Amino acid sequence: MKEKSVDAEALSGQFKAISVAEFFEKNRHLLGFENPTKALITIVKELVDNSLDACEEARILPNIKISLKEIGSDRFKISVDDNGPGIVSEKLTSAFGKLLYGTKFHRLRMSRGQQGIGVSGSVLYSQLTTGKPVKITSSTGKDIHIFDLMIDVAKNEPHVISHHTEKNPKNWKGIKTELETEGRYVEKGASVLEYLKQTAIANPFANISYEGPNGKEEFKRAVNELPVQPKEIKPHPYGVELGLLRRMLQSTKTRNIVGFLTEEFSRVGRGTAEQICKLSKIDSKKKPGELTHEEMERLHKSMQMVKLVAPPTNCLSPLGENLLIEGLKKETGVEFAVAVVRPPSVYRGMPFLIEVALGYGGQLPTDKTAQLFRFANKVPLLYHQGDCVTTEAVIDTDFRRYGFSQSSGQIPNGPLVILIHFASVWVPYTSEGKQAIADYPEIMKEIKLALQDAGRNLASYVRHKNKLRDRQLRRELFEKYIPELAESLEKLTDKERKKIIDELEKIAKKGEIVGKEESKTESGNIG
Amino acid sequence: MKSLEKKKVKQNLETLGKKVVTDIEKGNNPSLDVPIRSLSNVRFDQKNKMIMMNSAMSKRYFFNVAHVRKFVQTIEAAALAKELVEVDKHLSLREAFYRMKRTLPNSNINLVDEQTESNAAIEDLELIAESPREKLHINANKMGSVAGKVVIEDKKDIIDWSKLGSGGWAIPSNVEEIEFKKVNAKFVIYMEKAAEWERLHEDKLWDKLNCIIMSSQGQATRGVRRLLQRLNQEHKLPVYILVDGDPWGAYIYSVIKYGSISLAHMSEQLAIPDARLLGLTADDIVKYDLKRHLIKFEDVDVKRLEQVKNYDWFKDNKEWQKQFKLWKELNGKVELAALSSKGITFISDTYVPHKIKNKEWLD
Repeated sequence: MKEKSVDAEALSGQFKAISVAEFFEKNRHLLGFENPTKALITIVKELVDNSLDACEEARILPNIKISLKEIGSDRFKISVDDNGPGIVSEKLTSAFGKLLYGTKFHRLRMSRGQQGIGVSGSVLYSQLTTGKPVKITSSTGKDIHIFDLMIDVAKNEPHVISHHTEKNPKNWKGIKTELETEGRYVEKGASVLEYLKQTAIANPFANISYEGPNGKEEFKRAVNELPVQPKEIKPHPYGVELGLLRRMLQSTKTRNIVGFLTEEFSRVGRGTAEQICKLSKIDSKKKPGELTHEEMERLHKSMQMVKLVAPPTNCLSPLGENLLIEGLKKETGVEFAVAVVRPPSVYRGMPFLIEVALGYGGQLPTDKTAQLFRFANKVPLLYHQGDCVTTEAVIDTDFRRYGFSQSSGQIPNGPLVILIHFASVWVPYTSEGKQAIADYPEIMKEIKLALQDAGRNLASYVRHKNKLRDRQLRRELFEKYIPELAESLEKLTDKERKKIIDELEKIAKKGEIVGKEESKTESGNIG
Repeated sequence: MKSLEKKKVKQNLETLGKKVVTDIEKGNNPSLDVPIRSLSNVRFDQKNKMIMMNSAMSKRYFFNVAHVRKFVQTIEAAALAKELVEVDKHLSLREAFYRMKRTLPNSNINLVDEQTESNAAIEDLELIAESPREKLHINANKMGSVAGKVVIEDKKDIIDWSKLGSGGWAIPSNVEEIEFKKVNAKFVIYMEKAAEWERLHEDKLWDKLNCIIMSSQGQATRGVRRLLQRLNQEHKLPVYILVDGDPWGAYIYSVIKYGSISLAHMSEQLAIPDARLLGLTADDIVKYDLKRHLIKFEDVDVKRLEQVKNYDWFKDNKEWQKQFKLWKELNGKVELAALSSKGITFISDTYVPHKIKNKEWLD
């Protein structure tokens, strides 16, 4: 039987653009919503990250309140509010109700969020699982605006259900977000609590209070200084991909190629710009918008060939040794911590910087593997530890040199916390879930150097402690044998057992005998 | 044991205890001087023809992680020995192990976990307190039989070694207090295996050749060695030895003759420098056509052969070196029991009488 053929005309009618929102509705795992447990963490994380970013940018010491209530089976009400600058009401609806909308994607400056999909993704997930709008209360210091908002999935546009304003006599500033969602609450392993604890480590300048289903938890501010304010930089030619270059060429306001290169990029002066034009055989006076595809490709290639100074690094905002140590100490209760901040380096034209802190002892178990806390731009990474370049660098570093035991291919053992902070204008995540950092050789090298440096600083303390512990163990061993020896000696000499014990205890307390390192075999010939 | 000797042993043990207590009172790390019992601390004395102990000592400290356990074990062994001497009772090594075994308070550590530990502590104590185990009232298991025309007195019992049926007299581990009443024998034959002893006993060899036959299983126990030595010294009886034809047998012979490494300090009470090896020699294997019964040497046998061959007491003995060389060529051992292939009573009818008559032995 002959089937009726479908022609191209008919087929073309089936083509239609899908909105970003629609795409993510079907691919929620890309945003970190693949299971109910993770969904809950992701929503809290996105809202808190945004609050921290806003406060830091406005140079405000953050006070963040999180509340998470179970309102039904697998149904939760989440509310996050901050003391940040707020968002003007015209932009607010888009920030919450439009995916890939944000202040951060088009600029090169270190921040927690980078794509503008986190918060709107959370709104979308809430809407998908409960059908309810999200409630946003915000003020920049003037009137308080209260929105009930949903996302028009087909158009990727905010859909305002209601909007009203209230007077703001106390000049409150900030944003409060309330939403309902499906989820599952846990407190072990990767959890909201763990995320907040690690956030508190990397953001010791923030005060975070949390009210969860099982009670309140306060992560107190440990320092009253904010990290350095990062500056915004222009892209460096080495880090630009062809697609971005095309968009930049089309949207630039500059009138010729030389102007385009010097204005839109960092580290490109007039001489270098002309050199690039010459290399790519493009007339330096040509209008940027008029380049052919071949010319764009030549330009892109030439930009990679010229010799350039590395990008400026004032776009980075490291925590610094003090914040690292204070943060680690307050949340892990370690007795000793060291921190190392590496000088900035570059991967693919992107400046980045590695900070490492090692915490030792205190409440940490002595017979377990070390804990690894990974951070990218001050945000804790809770999942996919095995895929992360930081993990690989830890495994590759020989911690036995610093007084720890470590099997090959493994994280070291002992009462140790390893904190690694990757700070960059662009974090090369292995996937959209943003849980593991990709393995670039430059990044790997920097992490290892930082770990080695910190390891060396920690080593003398660890050795000292190991020695004390050995001494303690020796002492305990002798303590066990003392009553036995006394009993035998009493039988042998009739001297009172208690006296012998007292005298032996006295010798044991004298450090020089018990503390002495001995040879393992019976010592030398005296005969 | 004579009461004077007993007093001396008790005194030695108490002196040891007092030394440690004095250390403690002075606030020093309590220590013991322990003579080293290993090949490095023995020498073969050419003049006496005995393995003798050198004077190397090791210090054993209480406050030393590697020593503390052994230290307390040694003192506990001393306390136990003192108690035994006082109440005039004897314990076996196994019983002594159980007496010493106890759990340290607030721990899961036992003072001794294995009998080898208590044995070692007792052996060290023998050296430190200069008193052999028997005098410390600790005995090894008895393991030996004897028959012959000999009458002894033991604990007021009169015993005739020729009238004890098929089992013979079981040799106790302590033979110090045995008194020889009547000895009607020209020599003693000691054999490595109880099976051969039973063979010779059933064949009444001791009656036919007018001798004493004695055995213990494997390495001769102290009681057996001391009894051999007393017969040799007090009654001038030559001692002849029958062992399997291999390096292990050669060592059993050399222990009876020259003493052992671990008991080098007691060689004078145990060694019999004029003891002789009757068989099996490597020559016997050829002479008596036993090659077809050769059990091929394993690596450990070859290694042992090299070791034994190079001991000081064999090194310069041409006859013995010839034997070792032949063994190496034969590359195998022959057991005494293999002689039965020549006839049920071949060993007692032919082999032993022939060897004795022709003075066919190794010295």
